[in-house]
Amino acid sequence: MSTVSTNAQTRSWWRENQQKLTPYIFLIPGIIFFMVYVIIPIFESFWLSGFDWDGLGDKEWVGFANYQELFDDEAFYTSLKNNIIWLVLYMLAVPAGLGIAIFLNQKVAGIRAYKSLFFFPFVISQVVVGLIFAWFYAPNFGLFYKIIEWATGSGIAILAEPDMVTYGIIAAGLWPQIAYCMILYLTGLNNVDPEQIEAARLDGAKGLKLLWYVILPQLRPATFLAVVVTVIGALRSFDLVSIMTDGGPFGSSRVLSFYMYEQALSEYGYRMGYGASIAVILFLIMMVFISGFIWKMIDDERKGS
Amino acid sequence: MRSMLTVTISALAVVAASASFAEQRTVKYYADYDPAPLAAMKEIIADFEAANPDVKIEFQNFDHEGYKTSIRNFLTAEAPDLANWYAGNRMAPFVNSGQFMDVSDVWEANGLKDSLASALPSMTIDDKQWGVPYTYYQWGIYYNKEAYAAAGVEVPATYDEFVANCAKFQEAGIDCLTTGTKALWPGAGIFDYMNMRTNGYEFHMDLANGKVEWTDDRVKATFANWAKLVEPGYITKNHAALDWQDAAALLVQGKAANYVMGNFAVAVFKEGGMTNDTLGFLPFPVINPDVPRAEEAPTDTIHIPSGATNVEDAKKFLAYMAGAEAQTKMNAAMGQLPINKDAKVNEDDPFIVAGFELLSTTPGGIAQFFDRDAPAEMAKMGMEGFQQFMVQPEKLDDILARLEKARQRVYK
Repeated sequence: MSTVSTNAQTRSWWRENQQKLTPYIFLIPGIIFFMVYVIIPIFESFWLSGFDWDGLGDKEWVGFANYQELFDDEAFYTSLKNNIIWLVLYMLAVPAGLGIAIFLNQKVAGIRAYKSLFFFPFVISQVVVGLIFAWFYAPNFGLFYKIIEWATGSGIAILAEPDMVTYGIIAAGLWPQIAYCMILYLTGLNNVDPEQIEAARLDGAKGLKLLWYVILPQLRPATFLAVVVTVIGALRSFDLVSIMTDGGPFGSSRVLSFYMYEQALSEYGYRMGYGASIAVILFLIMMVFISGFIWKMIDDERKGS
Repeated sequence: MRSMLTVTISALAVVAASASFAEQRTVKYYADYDPAPLAAMKEIIADFEAANPDVKIEFQNFDHEGYKTSIRNFLTAEAPDLANWYAGNRMAPFVNSGQFMDVSDVWEANGLKDSLASALPSMTIDDKQWGVPYTYYQWGIYYNKEAYAAAGVEVPATYDEFVANCAKFQEAGIDCLTTGTKALWPGAGIFDYMNMRTNGYEFHMDLANGKVEWTDDRVKATFANWAKLVEPGYITKNHAALDWQDAAALLVQGKAANYVMGNFAVAVFKEGGMTNDTLGFLPFPVINPDVPRAEEAPTDTIHIPSGATNVEDAKKFLAYMAGAEAQTKMNAAMGQLPINKDAKVNEDDPFIVAGFELLSTTPGGIAQFFDRDAPAEMAKMGMEGFQQFMVQPEKLDDILARLEKARQRVYK
């Protein structure tokens, strides 16, 4: 008798809460993976950054010594400076993507083919982009080198010039990034209300003013996404640096993510603690942007509802 | 009755299994050979298996760069019985963390201290030997004889003559010295020779081992000699964006005259169309006649990881690999020099003969190469400094101060 009643009770408890519980049950696998691969490693990095460890032997607790050394490390400031240059110049992808998207947003025969051609650089891997540009800049036989040589008499090997190398790599990175922003804006432009544009035109708006006051406000979601993707892309720029210069010449094209890799995992590195402390700094920088974005998203949602 | 039968059968199966196990003991061997030495290694393994029919070598080849990263993982996680690596300080992290096994008994039992004598110092840490070397190769200057003819200069005997030649090469529009430092290490070859010729082997080793300050006047003297090539622009411009093979192409095309390189580059020069008539080798010229001549000869080695499961057979293979026959075969394929003094070298290859002559008569000592003699972190910082010096010689004081700071941290 009593068992039956408990059974009925459990069933009814499950019945009652089924609706509430199901989403959490579905979330569990995702949460587990997110914990194991993202959240826990973040805390592990914080913890590791307090050690002097080569990855094999014993860990030695050194407290904040890694950070102390980091803030006295020329290479760290070079990487930080390059990261800032990346962030600023990478933003060019947003207006450039918008420009191309507006240019391509017309109904001509074969426009789909043109669109896909513009989108092409985003499809190929970053490694391939890096190789293409490395050859483009290559001294003695690269196309860019040859053009400069033809125009000025002596070629410039961008990737060998400590003052120019970062700009050369960013240019390579912009190529696919512009394509990405373009796609975001193209989809955004599809949703622009034609009636509003017509109304604006009747009122005599045209050109830049029409773009700025009528079209751009409607593209805000696309702009937001483009900025987020570009900021994150700039901060985690690693593949191009690794492929094109390996951080050189003498470390002048390093960025934080690459420096972290060099210190912790490359052939001459294996300073896990030091690498972790760079990772922590990079994480904190990213956190500034990410929390800004999240705050804005929540804010928008609240206003929307 | 039936249970008796099953027991007997399973017992038989166990016996059979262990018997077949005894017939074929396996030795797992991880390595990173290029195609030519890989073929030779497969032959050597076949020879070894023929001589030891009860041992089977399970061989797995990695690519170079991948191997350097994965060795740290597999040594700790799933160690093979044999693994390739390098001599000198490059093996020190694995020795000190107990990842490589002491194989002094193999050296003792096979008289290797005599037959492999030239590599004994670079295989020894704490008076014990930690692996077996199977090949090394000389470094020096490879030059284009046609470029020398074009500029109308003679092969130099001293560094002063070398520098004087450079002015003539510059007039002829030829880079006197080429290099490609995109991967950093080719610059270290130049530094090693500059330093060993200026201050000698002992000083060079002390520097690599962190016993001398980088801001020492003797180090500055080395760079002052080097500056004689850097400041007038005798070294290929843009070398920081070139791979070493790109620079080799310049030498092949006659756009550059000299290249400080290891003997492995000969294959690349010859692929580019050079022959024994157009390609020359000269030992790095004398700078300071008072220091005994020392040379650079990086040594490649095989080790037994501490986690090995079949140590006994792995040692057998090491002993075989140390022998004259295996080393002759391996080095004929690699185009390099055997360590074993009884092994034969290819008499038809002038570069091999020159290298053998050079290394076997070296009075000063044999260095491994900057990134093997110095600890990894110091090597990386140093090689970046060498590259920067060849681009911005005016920043020498900054560079040396930076290296000195690194020295105080790395060797503490």
